[in-house]
Amino acid sequence: MDVASFNMQGESPASIRADASGPGGLLLTIEGRLDSATTAKVWREATGAIEKMSPSRVVVDASKINYCDVSGIGLLVDILRRQQMRGGEAEIRDLQARFQRILDLFDPAGFRDAQTEERKSVNLAEEVGKTVYRIWQDAYDLIVFVGEVFVSLVYAFRNPRRVRWKDAFLVAETTGVNALPIIALVSFLVGLIMGFQAVIPMRQFGAEIFVADLVGLAILRELGPLMTAIVLTGRSGSAFAAELGTMKVNEEIDALNTMGLDPVRFLVVSRVIAALAMTPLLTIFSDLIGVMGGSLVLRSLGYPFVTYWNEVLSAVSYMDFLSGLVKSLVFGIMIAGIGCLRGLQTKIGATAVGESATRAVVSGIIFIVIIDGVFSVVYYYLGV
Amino acid sequence: MSRIQDPIVRVENLTAGYGETLIIDNISFEVDRGEVFVILGGSGSGKSTILKQMIGLYRPMSGKILINGQDIVSAEGKERLQILSEIGVMYQRGALFGSMTLLENARLPLEEFTDLPPSAMDLIAMMKLELVGLHGFEDQMPSQLSGGMQKRAAIARAMALDPQILFLDEPSSGLDPITSAEVDQLVLNAAHNLGITFVIVSHDLASTYTIADRVVILDTTTKGIAATGRPNELRDQSDNPWVRQFLNRKVASDMFE
Repeated sequence: MDVASFNMQGESPASIRADASGPGGLLLTIEGRLDSATTAKVWREATGAIEKMSPSRVVVDASKINYCDVSGIGLLVDILRRQQMRGGEAEIRDLQARFQRILDLFDPAGFRDAQTEERKSVNLAEEVGKTVYRIWQDAYDLIVFVGEVFVSLVYAFRNPRRVRWKDAFLVAETTGVNALPIIALVSFLVGLIMGFQAVIPMRQFGAEIFVADLVGLAILRELGPLMTAIVLTGRSGSAFAAELGTMKVNEEIDALNTMGLDPVRFLVVSRVIAALAMTPLLTIFSDLIGVMGGSLVLRSLGYPFVTYWNEVLSAVSYMDFLSGLVKSLVFGIMIAGIGCLRGLQTKIGATAVGESATRAVVSGIIFIVIIDGVFSVVYYYLGV
Repeated sequence: MSRIQDPIVRVENLTAGYGETLIIDNISFEVDRGEVFVILGGSGSGKSTILKQMIGLYRPMSGKILINGQDIVSAEGKERLQILSEIGVMYQRGALFGSMTLLENARLPLEEFTDLPPSAMDLIAMMKLELVGLHGFEDQMPSQLSGGMQKRAAIARAMALDPQILFLDEPSSGLDPITSAEVDQLVLNAAHNLGITFVIVSHDLASTYTIADRVVILDTTTKGIAATGRPNELRDQSDNPWVRQFLNRKVASDMFE
């Protein structure tokens, strides 16, 4: 005798009774209301009983089911399906006609392999191959894109009236003017922290004043352009990617293509020009604020501002300043270009837009590091 | 006009609009349990606005919307969730989640609102897809499907929790006549076999004559209801000439003079 009785409390008035004592196999008596909320526990009980006893024949007494929607029918289909898969028999008895009609819509055999597929095992060689191919494809796309942008820029230079200056000015405002506060904040903080960290050891040698040399050189040659570039990547590179990506998803890029307008010429050129114009300006601004940040450290030690200022001027040359600016120009083109490229590469759907924005920032920062390294080497050999 | 026996949706004195613009001015109608009810109207007559009020997305300026006797306008928290579990909505462009397969789309409400074992959720989601004729497409992404299939998948997702009422926003827009007829058949089957009440916003007359038990026709100029009733009767017998014109697809008589 094996009787499992089970009643649900509260709002779910469905119950099931399993009885394996009879001669006709397992008898499941289901009572009450079977809907998506109440079926869950009954479902576990029913399949549990079938798994445990693996009977050759299951009879479901459905005469006391007073309501049953597709979820409830799902339970009956599941019982039929399980028995079919195990080579057993099953019978649903006395189901009300209106529910029987729903059950008849489904063929349990059709859902035989309804188990979720196991994940495909990962093959190392395959993965490596795919990754290499993807990197190669990405590099190829990048090279093609650089070529396209270059051709379009040359075209824009020779036909300045074909450039969409209105767009360019708008982008210049959002990437340039609106970025001032955050760049000021970051630069000021970096100048201040660098000065403060340097002054502690230098003080032991009575060399506090040389903090001015350190901050001035580091900010102008390296940190000013670098911080500007990183902030721009995060702010504008991702924005370009998201904007162009959404346009791609909305088929706006396709619309441009069919109107005979090259998306690179129409969308990318104005952004690259704007970034090209704005990055050096932002860098100058960042240089200035960064050096100002450093001045506070010496001021707090009693040196007047003018002493700091004179020391900075004697330490840095125009060459240092210009080398930073040239670098920032390259950063600017690169950030705008990568952002637009990732946007144009967007695949389908909302997730793809987010992915493009992420990719724009990540590859932007990687390229900043690479370009900065190349410039360091070149400047070293040129003696700049 | 036959009296409603057992209204499942009641719209009472609904006035709605956006900001200063009034779109719907004081309309009332009822939807009977188990019927296919179509809201017809010209472009800009506020069809979609009414739908969005009925499913609780927007708040009306005034009026009541009773779903199964409960007011969706004033409901909050648990009560609101309870009402929402009784309705399913298919949006005009499907609104399937692009990052999920069809099966995952149809499974999502089950995962969030029931305690069913995972294999049971899979089975029920597959059955819903079977009901809309998408058996075998469970592992496809929405973007791989045609517009008609996306709409059918969206209906399957709307049916996930076996709602009593399904709201469909323009089910035949953007579909070819054959696919559109398939969706009509799907609606008829679901209404007949599962007893689901349908509230459909449409401007497709052919489809309306096929599926609708009753229609309400909105009037753009008065922002009210021009007529309510069975579509065939209204077409032939309505005493409002504009309604007869609308249902017969006639051009406004003074338009090309």
